[in-house]
Amino acid sequence: MAKVLMINYEKCTGCRICELVCSVIHEGVSNPARSRINVIKWEAEGLYIPMSCQQCEDAPCQAICPVKALSRDQALDYVKVDYNICIGCRSCVAVCPFGAMGFDVIGKKVIKCDLCEGDPQCVRFCEVKAIEYVDAERLDMVKKREAAQKQSAAQKKALTLGPRN
Amino acid sequence: MALNRKIAYIDLSTGKIEIKPIPIDVRKKFLGGRGLDAYLLYNHTEKGCDSLGPKNTLMISGGILTATCASATARTHIMAKSPLTGLLGSANMGGFFAPELAWAGFHHLVIKGKAKKPVYLWIHNNEIEIRDADSLWGKTTTETQWAIRKELNDEEIKSLVIGPAGENLVTFANVMTGIKNAGGRSGMGAVMGSKNLKAVAVRGTLDIKIAYPTDALNYNKRFIDQIVSSKVSQTQGTLGTPFIWGATNSWGGIRCRNFQYNQCEYADDIEPERIDEIATETMGPYHMVSCFGCQVHCRAQYKIPTGAYAGKYDEGPEYTSQGAFGGEVDCKSAETVLTGNHLVDQYGMDNLETGSIISWAMELYELGIITPKDTDGLDLRFGNDEAVIEMIHRICFRKGWIGDTLADGGIPASEKIGKNSFDYLIQVKGMSNLHSDERATPALALGIATGSRGSDHLRSRPAIDLYHLPGEVLRKIYSCPIPYDGPLSSEHTSYVGKSWMVFWQENCYMAVDCLGICKYHTLFLGATHPNFEDWPKVIYYNTGLKISPEEIWEIAERSYNMERLFNLREGLQRNDPKKGDVLNHRYFDEPCTRGAPDVVGAKLDRKKFKKMIDEYYQHHGWDENGVPTAETLKRLGLDKEPSHLL
Repeated sequence: MAKVLMINYEKCTGCRICELVCSVIHEGVSNPARSRINVIKWEAEGLYIPMSCQQCEDAPCQAICPVKALSRDQALDYVKVDYNICIGCRSCVAVCPFGAMGFDVIGKKVIKCDLCEGDPQCVRFCEVKAIEYVDAERLDMVKKREAAQKQSAAQKKALTLGPRN
Repeated sequence: MALNRKIAYIDLSTGKIEIKPIPIDVRKKFLGGRGLDAYLLYNHTEKGCDSLGPKNTLMISGGILTATCASATARTHIMAKSPLTGLLGSANMGGFFAPELAWAGFHHLVIKGKAKKPVYLWIHNNEIEIRDADSLWGKTTTETQWAIRKELNDEEIKSLVIGPAGENLVTFANVMTGIKNAGGRSGMGAVMGSKNLKAVAVRGTLDIKIAYPTDALNYNKRFIDQIVSSKVSQTQGTLGTPFIWGATNSWGGIRCRNFQYNQCEYADDIEPERIDEIATETMGPYHMVSCFGCQVHCRAQYKIPTGAYAGKYDEGPEYTSQGAFGGEVDCKSAETVLTGNHLVDQYGMDNLETGSIISWAMELYELGIITPKDTDGLDLRFGNDEAVIEMIHRICFRKGWIGDTLADGGIPASEKIGKNSFDYLIQVKGMSNLHSDERATPALALGIATGSRGSDHLRSRPAIDLYHLPGEVLRKIYSCPIPYDGPLSSEHTSYVGKSWMVFWQENCYMAVDCLGICKYHTLFLGATHPNFEDWPKVIYYNTGLKISPEEIWEIAERSYNMERLFNLREGLQRNDPKKGDVLNHRYFDEPCTRGAPDVVGAKLDRKKFKKMIDEYYQHHGWDENGVPTAETLKRLGLDKEPSHLL
């Protein structure tokens, strides 16, 4: 069964270790500018959102690629770049709705999440589990349960408050 | 590579900027961070220079591990001669500034001179530019950071800034980055203000090559597991540092009403659980956040729930704010603690010093040493929440006689107030004590008495002394990496062996500050946390530099002696109540009246305390006056300072 990255931004503490370990495992360097994942922050409000590839089923990057360098990896079910074919035109960078297709100016290539051959380092190092690697079929139920939890908490609170005048 | 990060010399008077590599033999002597800063301070200032004059030199740095694949390498170190103490000024903060500085190509900045008008530094991928800061002057710490991002059109810029307090030369003004990360102690913000330097903005996208990436990753994971599996880190990650205040208050180790009591009673509204409740109510269940690369996430997010500042977002409060705007001033309202914390964050003022000096003024007011005339009618009695908040404004903007006087810092204020006001000032070397009360814990008392930046709990505090660890565990910890077979005691009220524990912790924290990592990732609160034995591999896997635990110990010792040499040059004398290793007389004369049975009645013993300091000097290889002997300096290679290697 294919697995997916599940990001729960509410749990993110903003430490950016995901960016660090991503650049270390892929490029052997510490450099968030070369990471496949980045935590986008609104510090004044205290909001942190990790952004990474969603591995879209109908991926715009794949559709626009003029040389067909992008394909779906059958084993891990993710969108894969074939660097032997890629011409570095950055069309995919332009169309990605999530900004998840990056361009590495030092390596001079497009970069995106490749799930680290099935052992995503961002997941391995995220102690608060803001990023998890879960069975694709489980994803819906996990999300539903979390949403239901919030709803039931709200209902309970409403009941204790009683009717308003 | 971490080792190719450079040092930049910036002269604000002439606008001259010089960039140099850091030679490997200098790295081997001081590693980086605080250790190398201490060397630079000694070498780049003249004896007796004016702390707020152009001849003072300001160092800003990361450690040798900053932004590498080690855990919690977030710390920025700031050093200069302190305007608060006239001795060593040194401050350290978390956040994301130092890693960004390293990605921009630098580990150390040496800032001299004084700009003709307000400026800020813009550092971007090996380039440094001095820019006009007219439009930033007067702004708060966060306003400044967001304005810089707007001006340079980059939301990822990290800045180290001062607020109005630094501009107004409040001698305990701090430097800030992010919402609440503060290089708080010893007035480094005033030094920036005196140089007309409003901010240092950095953005970097350069590689830091990791020497052995897979090993570095795996070893980092091991470190993290070791840290997050400990109960103390888990508690920090849930309640933040307020849990320490709560625990300490429970047994009677918290200063209350300046130094009148050692426990803050009926303080339910400022207990850690209550603070956590407010954070949950205002920011949701996941309100703990982190500095760079850290899994302890000890910082809470909150919004002020009530009052004039209701709805304002901030982070913390640290236990220092609970002490400063809660226990010491005897105000027991979360609103006051959270509002006070917010104001000092925005103004760029050390919370600890601010609260401490206000509580001192309150005691003087109640004694009649300060009168309502001096305060322009402000009723400065203990427990007056409004007076505390009003005093924060007055100090920051030097408003009225009392605001202006306290803004100069404790000792100058005591000289201005006169009478016997100095007797009530709870300070060492001119810097206020933390909100903790060390009368029942001689080891902790020795630490604050001898701290190189004045009274301080982060220089050498052997916090695990309170855990009553089995003797063999204590022995194992404190006889490594340097063999030690002298006495040790697990009893916190004892004087036995404590001088060695303080000496050991001093070297441990110095090493941490040279590496650029957080003290919550070493043997501070967690007795099982990594230390000397664990660091050589981290350094090797990340930088390729081979170094042994004993060598790290020696580097720490060398760096600490460098700081001592600076202090001695600036007039430190062992028994000087204003510039020496001396505690306020109340530690010896007034017994604790509250707390646990073995705390009630506790006070320090003068004779035993003196003996403890003597022992501590001997461990260092210092003479009876606390001066490093010629042999010690020779052993550490410091016999020819200043040596101007950099």
